Amino acid sequence: MSNLKLIIKREFIARVRNRTFVVMTFLSPLIFVGMISLITWLATLNNEEVKQVAFFDETNLFGSDFTDSGNIDYLDYSKLPLSDAKDSVVIKKLSGLLYIPKKESNKELAASIQFYAEEAPNISILNDIEDIIASKLTNQNFKQKGLDLGVIEDSKAKVNIQIENFSGEKTSKMANYVKMFFGGAAGYFLMMFIIIYGNMVMRSVIEEKANRIIEIIISSVKPLQLMMGKILGTSFAGILQFLIWVILGSVLLLVATSVFGIDPQPVGMEQSIALQEDNQQEIQLLLQDILKLPLGTLVLSFFVYFIGGYFLYSAIYAAIGAAVDSETDSQQFMLPIILPLMLGIYVGFFSVIENPHGTVSTVFSMIPLTSPIVMLMRIPFGVPWWEVTISILLLVGSIIFITWLAAKIYRVGILMYGKKPSYKELFKWLKY
Amino acid sequence: MSNLLEVRQATKRFGSFTALQDVSIQVPKGSIFGLLGPNGAGKTTLIRIINQITLPDQGSVYLDNQLLRPEHIKDIGYLPEERGLYKSMKVGEQALYLAQLKGLSKKEAKERLKYWFDKFDISHWWDKKIQELSKGMAQKVQFIVTVLHRPKLLIFDEPFSGFDPINANVIKDEILQLRDEGATVIFSTHRMESVEELCDHIALINKSKKILEGKVSDIKRAYKSNTFEVGLLTDDNNGLYNTLKDKFNVVPADFKTIDDQLKLKITLDQNTSSNQLLSYLSEKGQVMRFNEVIPGVNEIFIKTITENE
Repeated sequence: MSNLKLIIKREFIARVRNRTFVVMTFLSPLIFVGMISLITWLATLNNEEVKQVAFFDETNLFGSDFTDSGNIDYLDYSKLPLSDAKDSVVIKKLSGLLYIPKKESNKELAASIQFYAEEAPNISILNDIEDIIASKLTNQNFKQKGLDLGVIEDSKAKVNIQIENFSGEKTSKMANYVKMFFGGAAGYFLMMFIIIYGNMVMRSVIEEKANRIIEIIISSVKPLQLMMGKILGTSFAGILQFLIWVILGSVLLLVATSVFGIDPQPVGMEQSIALQEDNQQEIQLLLQDILKLPLGTLVLSFFVYFIGGYFLYSAIYAAIGAAVDSETDSQQFMLPIILPLMLGIYVGFFSVIENPHGTVSTVFSMIPLTSPIVMLMRIPFGVPWWEVTISILLLVGSIIFITWLAAKIYRVGILMYGKKPSYKELFKWLKY
Repeated sequence: MSNLLEVRQATKRFGSFTALQDVSIQVPKGSIFGLLGPNGAGKTTLIRIINQITLPDQGSVYLDNQLLRPEHIKDIGYLPEERGLYKSMKVGEQALYLAQLKGLSKKEAKERLKYWFDKFDISHWWDKKIQELSKGMAQKVQFIVTVLHRPKLLIFDEPFSGFDPINANVIKDEILQLRDEGATVIFSTHRMESVEELCDHIALINKSKKILEGKVSDIKRAYKSNTFEVGLLTDDNNGLYNTLKDKFNVVPADFKTIDDQLKLKITLDQNTSSNQLLSYLSEKGQVMRFNEVIPGVNEIFIKTITENE
């Protein structure tokens, strides 16, 4: 067996056998599913909570309009004296008292309605109340001006623009969300992978240094071989872990869904039964959209950028591991890793989603340290092949360059003990 | 005698610091070659160059008259001074891994490991983790791994550190046996008594330069000063001492005796032979002791280094 294979095998086994790895592999999906269940449960809890709002209506206009709706119960306190109504709201700990004074004109009335409350009510309650009052007053205004409400209702037009491309294919309005979701998930996933497994590579380098076995090993193999073996072996362990996560996660989610009856779909779906037909059409378009995404390109580029990004960063991680004696010392060198990763994610979530083909998105999808994340997010929106080619060429070029640099630092660093190197020192090592 | 290893004018700089300057050494086949020098002299750099861990800036290394190549890794066994093993890996697995890195097949490695583990009576360690073993125990495993692939050239950097005297002896005997079986040994240490005991050739490196190299016996011959250690039984020790002081270069000596002898170190000039001194002394008293003072490696080491300061 060649030395590289031996090293890969050892690194893989060492990672996989590690207790933390085993625990993380089997606990993470549990925690993940647990979190989702918890959040869903909490969301339903929150939705069920009904706020009680009292109103004091001097105009006697709105009595019938304040009907109890999903989240708000309305209590009519108009018969009480105002001060009693206020006291009663405080004593009964209601959410607040809506005070509608009697005014000459609707205009004046609209400006003088007040809401008394211990603490500011949440926005959705206020919006509900405002909507009710506004529509009532609007209708009244219409009536005063001699307009027929029925006619107005009839004249309202409902518009639903159908999106179609020039070759006549229909698209759902959700298409952009789908693209965002796929791109965003891929980019985020890549960042997590780089941080978790890059760190593992670094720790493995530090371990060899700390155990003082490194000189024995590199009297048998070239440092570059050892470094590459480490990076590859660790990545295989990572791929295994993610596979287990995906399998375990889907099984658990399935179990959780069927046993606890938690519906992972958004709550809004069931409420809009009336719109179901529309929805069904939308969902069908959505599915079509997913299928219409350049899936082949997506999967292919995912692998290319995933592997490329991981290699680029883990080489840097390996060099950092070689430069320091312990993990605590590595903090000072983390910035060049975390900064571009964060930049990639932020550019991805703000710039790409806003304007996938804008200058910022395009430039960052070319710069090698951010390109894996940003380009992955852009690809679902359709990127010209020549841009992808340039980006990949740049990425490959910089992988070779960075690995070469990292190997130089690695070669010197692994034999250096007791020094806390500065960037200046590392630069000197390049010339040894 | 042909040389197994020749380093020719190797120079290595780290930035502005010169670790080795024009160092050449010749290690004869089948010898035990002591590589000596104070801390930071450049020994480890030289050893790393031989192991192809670092490349020299100038100069070249020949193994068996061939320019050193990556394939030669299999012909060299190296026990570094900074040595350790994977703490959380089992002894057997680890030894197998390291042996396979040196090009042994798994089967071969297993057989040879079994032989050595039986020899050192440590077979029951196979499934233990290194962190469960003591330092000396781990050193034994390291020694086995170093010699397992039967290299032509063995390089030991402070091989006895961490061993108790009994185990140090075991290791010493193994090294001698390996030499007898045809291996050449380079031996780097600060412990002069083991140099004295084992080495037949030495090289002395100080401040990145080689300042002395050769056969131990030749070097000693060159460094001896024609001095003799003498013990005499006389009636009047003081009187004789004063007489001798006028005639020769004499200093008092100190060695253990059971009776009251006049103990001296006498250094002769080139015109006087040892026989002449002996016959002169035998007339003055009873000669109980008469032997040539041969400098130890330790003395030579200190003398050469201080002279070079």
